[in-house]
Amino acid sequence: MARAVSTEHKIVATIGAWIVALLIFFPILYTIITSFKSETEAIAGFNLIPSFTTESYAEVQDQYNYFKPFLNSVLISVGSTVIALLIAVPAAWSMAFSPTRRTKDILMWMLSTKMMPAVAVLFPMYIIFRDLGLLDSRFGLMVMLTMINLPIVVWMLYTYFREIPGEILEASRMDGASLWGEIWYVLTPMAVPGIASTMLLNIILAWNEAFWTIRLTTTEAAPLTAFISSFSSPQGLFWAKLSAASTLAIAPILIMGWFSQKQLVRGLTFGAVK
Amino acid sequence: MATRQTHGLARLMLAPSVIFLFIWMIVPLAFTLWFSFQQYNPLNPINDRFIGFGNYALFFSNPAFFSAILNTLILVVSVLAITVIGGIMLALLLDQPMWGQGFVRILVISPFFVMPPVAALVWKNMIMHPGYGVTADIARFFGLQPIDWFAQWPLFSIILIVAWQWLPFATLILLTSLQSLDGEQKEAAEMDGAGFVSRFIYLTLPHLSRGITVVILIQTIFLLAVYAEILVTTNGGPGYASTNLPFLVYQKASLEFKIGQASAGGIIAVILANIVAFFLMRAVGKNLDK
Amino acid sequence: MGQITLSNVNKTFGSTVIIPNINLEIDDGEFVVFVGPSGCGKSTLLRLIAGLEDTTSGTIAIDGKDVTRAAPAKRGLAMVFQSYALYPHMTVGKNIAFPLKMAGESQEVIDKKVADAARVLNLTNYLERRPGQLSGGQRQRVAIGRAIVRNPSAFLFDEPLSNLDAALRGTMRLEISELHHQLKTTMVYVTHDQVEAMTMADKIVVLNAGNIEQVGSPLDLYRSPKNLFVAGFIGSPKMNLIEGAEAEKRGAKTIGVRPEHIGISTDKGDWKGTVGVAEHLGADTFVHVHANGLGTINVRAGGEVQLEHGQTVYLTPDPAKLHRFGADGNAL
Repeated sequence: MARAVSTEHKIVATIGAWIVALLIFFPILYTIITSFKSETEAIAGFNLIPSFTTESYAEVQDQYNYFKPFLNSVLISVGSTVIALLIAVPAAWSMAFSPTRRTKDILMWMLSTKMMPAVAVLFPMYIIFRDLGLLDSRFGLMVMLTMINLPIVVWMLYTYFREIPGEILEASRMDGASLWGEIWYVLTPMAVPGIASTMLLNIILAWNEAFWTIRLTTTEAAPLTAFISSFSSPQGLFWAKLSAASTLAIAPILIMGWFSQKQLVRGLTFGAVK
Repeated sequence: MATRQTHGLARLMLAPSVIFLFIWMIVPLAFTLWFSFQQYNPLNPINDRFIGFGNYALFFSNPAFFSAILNTLILVVSVLAITVIGGIMLALLLDQPMWGQGFVRILVISPFFVMPPVAALVWKNMIMHPGYGVTADIARFFGLQPIDWFAQWPLFSIILIVAWQWLPFATLILLTSLQSLDGEQKEAAEMDGAGFVSRFIYLTLPHLSRGITVVILIQTIFLLAVYAEILVTTNGGPGYASTNLPFLVYQKASLEFKIGQASAGGIIAVILANIVAFFLMRAVGKNLDK
Repeated sequence: MGQITLSNVNKTFGSTVIIPNINLEIDDGEFVVFVGPSGCGKSTLLRLIAGLEDTTSGTIAIDGKDVTRAAPAKRGLAMVFQSYALYPHMTVGKNIAFPLKMAGESQEVIDKKVADAARVLNLTNYLERRPGQLSGGQRQRVAIGRAIVRNPSAFLFDEPLSNLDAALRGTMRLEISELHHQLKTTMVYVTHDQVEAMTMADKIVVLNAGNIEQVGSPLDLYRSPKNLFVAGFIGSPKMNLIEGAEAEKRGAKTIGVRPEHIGISTDKGDWKGTVGVAEHLGADTFVHVHANGLGTINVRAGGEVQLEHGQTVYLTPDPAKLHRFGADGNAL
């Protein structure tokens, strides 16, 4: 709308939106605040101003070796993303640029595998992983996460590739480029933003996955999801330490998430909403 | 656009994805199906035998099993209701001209990126804890008795946590959908004399129906599988009050080693998911045709 | 250099026949325009020549060599696409240089040829810009530049002016024609705009539903259309086509006469009618006359004719410029 909006309207909307937004964000905000308190502070009652001590963060590392699960989360998120891309890029390429009558069916079938509930195959996967020696292994988790997220990765890359105008690729063919020349000089540079967006979303999904990462790990490969879950009983971390652990666990993904809103819509609605 | 030169290679490039996904789907699922017709306890194999639909019958006869399915449905429907209605309202709010819209969006979207164990523990310990939580402080401030959320309202507490996590998703999708509403349509409606409420009912809501449908279908797929939040807070209790189907299957498989029962539960979960998937694939398929 | 022959070319997608059977000769140095309504197969035909689509049957030869099975890069052709298809991540200079790079030329040769092409097309100051920073006309020139550096046997143009506004189209038309005179290379040009066809072509190929209706010079098609389709397609505004008594009188099913070949008078003539809408273009006025029993006839009246809506007028067609068509649609 090209009309000017009344300032009152804007003020009311701003106040309303900020109140709602802060309410929604409050649990996260309070967690971050509490992470900078000492344990005694944390249970002393509701207080929005911490003493800005980092002792809780230090204790989390000293007492629980926080670095290990954190590193595991990083490794399996990035690792599964790389593997997924290696498999998915050729697949999405072929479906986007050499579609057949079957392409749509194959794509939909792939998406449907994402909808299978994980619990349904909990026991068989556990046995398979055990027999293959993949239990409590980072590589095993990477493979698992790749399987789960492959449909979304393929789907997202497919939509990005389809947006590359076919005429530009034809032009490169007319200009004398071989198949590899076309891929290297024209397709890949144009696809890089889409590939980067897909990587971002996949890292987020892998980092936050809270079923297989818990059920298939014990001590060595446990990422942050499993680590935090192990403190569900009250004897575990106290609140300041829990807040510190939580803040570190969610901070990277929060920041990534803030930059990937569009990718989220594209990747998780399967194109049904533009 | 493709010619002879490109078709052959294409099939080869598609193969790994298709093969991996096919194996991932078929092999374990076949095992589960097989086990679902067995009584099978790896720790106590004496009674292992084929029992046909015996495990499935449990889901109708045994109150614990039945309530797991019921709780699953209650959880899904409640979260859907909260997120869709809340999402529409939030989307309308965020669509208004304001100062700091980008920042507001970031705040609103944050819960979605918090991993489920953290979300659940933060709510359990910082907000809902009857001794030290924020709601307890507020209750005491008003002279009321603090509620022990997870003891008195276990399923509802889970619903709250999960709804908090998914509200941003619904809001984002509906906001995207809302912003694609043609400005000229709104102006035409105004010229035709429609007030805000009329415009909402006859113009906005129908336009949003597509987004709402997608939100419902996609969220349902994920909501049918809620697990970590329950593991980390109530462990399905008290009793079976907050046990949903995935959690029941986990209990039977990993804790009680009643694999047959767990497998039957898993197959039922697959059936439920497939029903939703059918409708979702129709919506996606329509879009792929464009 | 640049002689193209199509023999019995057929293109079928699944069960849909786009092009049943085409035979066509394009001579070296000719400016040939494929023209026709949407869906007539003109772009498909161009893409078959380019090698971007395979023929279902038939052969294509360039300078006597059979290229039917050859890849696009190997046919020695260059194509300018409707959307220009510039590489968005490369500068103008790199865009133009790309074909030379693919051909393995040395950097010196590349730099020189790019500079030459840029000079011819007035792009020298834009070489470091990206396509996103250029206007429509400039992008067009970059696309042409990219085609020129290949020194092709023939240029292929796929509706290159469709995305430009009217004023720019007029300018670019002249530039492309000028280019043709300069380079003297064969040019095959596809458009749905018959004005472009008439003004630019040495030879026009009129296509309809995959079939060639007529091939000839612009004036040939204007003066002697072979059938109703060509008669109605070439010439702006459209030829008036009349059936009924007047046609039978002259021994035909349909007669056609162009607006510019009808005299209009307020007191006498062959056909009587009333004035409808008059379109004043300044130099010309086109009067739509509701002629009794004949329908609405479009007449080009001289510059400043003053005619009132509803006024009675008389029309007289020039008998020498009257076309007669039989029941099968062909000229008699």
